[in-house]
Amino acid sequence: MMTSSTNSVAAASMAVNASRARRSVLNRKLVLTLVAWTIALMMFFPIFWMFLTSFKTEAEAISTPPSLFFTPSIDGYIEIQARADYFKYALNSVVISLGATLLALLIAIPSAYSMAFLPTKRTQTTLLWMLSTKMLPSVGVLLPVYLIFRDLGLLDSRTGLIIIYMLMNLPIVVWMLYTFFKDIPKDILEAGRMDGASTLQEIFHLLLPLTLPGIASTGLLCVILSWNEAFWSLNLTTSNAAPLTAYIASFSSPEGLFWAKLSAASTLAVAPILIFGWMTQKQMVRGLTFGAVK
Amino acid sequence: MRLSHSMLSRRRLLSLAALAALTPLSGQASAETITVATVNNADMVVMQSLTNEFEKSHPDIKLDWVVLEENVLRQRLTTDIATKGGQFDVMTIGTYEVPIWAKQGWLTKLDNLPADYNEADLIKPIRDGLSLTEGDDQGLYALPFYGESSMLYYRKDLFEKAGIDMPAKPTWTQVNDWASKLNAPDEGVYGICLRGKPGWGENTALLSTMVNSFGGRWFDEDWKPQLDSPAWNEAVNFYVDLMNNYGPPGATSNGFNENLALFSSGKCGMWVDATSAAGKLYNPKESSVADKLGFAPAPIAKTEKGSHWLWSWALAIPESSKSKDAARTFITWATSEEYINLVGETQGWASIPPGTRKSTYENPAYQEAAPFASFVMDAINSADPTDATLEPVPYVGVQLVTIPEFQSIGTQVGQQMAAALAGQTSVEDALASAQRSTERTMRQSGY
Repeated sequence: MMTSSTNSVAAASMAVNASRARRSVLNRKLVLTLVAWTIALMMFFPIFWMFLTSFKTEAEAISTPPSLFFTPSIDGYIEIQARADYFKYALNSVVISLGATLLALLIAIPSAYSMAFLPTKRTQTTLLWMLSTKMLPSVGVLLPVYLIFRDLGLLDSRTGLIIIYMLMNLPIVVWMLYTFFKDIPKDILEAGRMDGASTLQEIFHLLLPLTLPGIASTGLLCVILSWNEAFWSLNLTTSNAAPLTAYIASFSSPEGLFWAKLSAASTLAVAPILIFGWMTQKQMVRGLTFGAVK
Repeated sequence: MRLSHSMLSRRRLLSLAALAALTPLSGQASAETITVATVNNADMVVMQSLTNEFEKSHPDIKLDWVVLEENVLRQRLTTDIATKGGQFDVMTIGTYEVPIWAKQGWLTKLDNLPADYNEADLIKPIRDGLSLTEGDDQGLYALPFYGESSMLYYRKDLFEKAGIDMPAKPTWTQVNDWASKLNAPDEGVYGICLRGKPGWGENTALLSTMVNSFGGRWFDEDWKPQLDSPAWNEAVNFYVDLMNNYGPPGATSNGFNENLALFSSGKCGMWVDATSAAGKLYNPKESSVADKLGFAPAPIAKTEKGSHWLWSWALAIPESSKSKDAARTFITWATSEEYINLVGETQGWASIPPGTRKSTYENPAYQEAAPFASFVMDAINSADPTDATLEPVPYVGVQLVTIPEFQSIGTQVGQQMAAALAGQTSVEDALASAQRSTERTMRQSGY
């Protein structure tokens, strides 16, 4: 009797403990979800607000307190399309960011390969040195780059921007690929070599398929960085090769109201990359956490 | 086999994509293309929208536009012209840059303009501001697109209610009195709105005119900065007190645009700013005070000299342009009487680019659409950049000093003034610090 009652008490207290534990897990989940949602909403809010503003009239766009409910109008969109052809700029953005990404991968894959699998004494220093070039403010090299581009006839050409963006992103691309490649056991490549694979075959048939998520996320990051770059695109292009960043810049003005038009232009400019980001977020996350848990 | 096939196609795809990406734009049509760089102000947007009209009457010239915000454009153009990059055939620059760039030999001299351009019709102070008047290279270097001075806007209804009569020449002391009477923050009306946003083209422009009128100057005849002089002290103290007592909160973020929005939504009793705002304030579509708007000359203190500024946006051709003739054809069209009439007929007479030609102000259609026309003409005509201070100075300019160093000096001083307005520092400390930084800049430049 005694034992059974002790047992039942123990069982009851275990059940209480278990439900308490479950509740605390639930609570933690709830708090985490709330925090995650708050952060996500805070990050998304500016984009949402920009989207709303793009459908306001100029007067509504600057009104204080800001109006949340209004009659939407697409006048802003009509007006910006009348002033500049969005598709010309969008095409430039697509060509330039894809071109720069492909070129960067083309150069970075062999160099990351050699650094990951055939390291020398100076590999680490070289990697650090590559990254240090990212710490130089772009405006510091504006004049020399401008002069070189002038002499090579690269000003206002897509080729010029592709080269600049490739150079700009190369350190990050090499670094990311290097970390992904390092996680691949050397034995796999050696096994391939035993079977008579050449270096190129080794890269194409073994290394690339194995690290594809990593390469994909590196490529996606490179596309996004190139898409958003505004300093070089504003300074090295005029009209032929101007991408969307130059398009947005043309709607800001020190005189007169422009918020609704600027929001419309920005919405159009970020829409493709936003959709692209949503579509590829699985790959991005998979790539970025690739090899994180061993 | 399958693998190598897919590899091949992947490779081919890659190389094709790379090739497509690297192929530059295909060649232009046979017409000569000129690239016009301009700012994104309403009058320039109209010019851009009339591209078709120009290309119709000049089928051998095609226009490409680069539109940027003022500061970005200025930096972009300076990079290009200083390196002789040759990316632009027409540049939109202001009264500040033209003499400096002309002296450097960067701009094409515009002599022998066609007779039907009627150069004598250009308003003299504006024309002089775009010319070199000394040395071997005297002449005109840019054609004015629109010009402006500054003036006092006020709300007639509020003045009537308060029983104030606007005199022909208001003074800053009177403005202070009126501001105290009009100020009613509880009803959403502030006595006065003035620029507070730092920048040589923002608060420094307004403060320079105030300092001029309070009897001060930027430099003495030996180029010694005068920011620690009693006149600067008095003017800046007056400005800071006026704005703190009767101005809107957060005035340090208010530039031309913000004040325009405040005034046109009925939140200010008075506003001293560019004459080019008049067209917008009188437009009932953009302004809720269109029927209650009064205007008067910019207020004065000790002297009338330099109390209102002079500015114009102008079109110039860089020496590095490869299509100078086509560029010249375009800028003479865009600044001609014919162009002004075209804008008047297609966009309405209140929207024409003002302040460049006498004929504009003699035009009955414009006089009817713009009741402020003759007033603005007088303000522009009486602004004299060569005689804008009580005491003699070695420089030209009302609200600016036409030396290359002024951009950085003006902006630094503007930042100090904004700090004083925000209460982060006292006026005395702000001026002392502005004086030191200006002295340093001038010393480094070898003055």
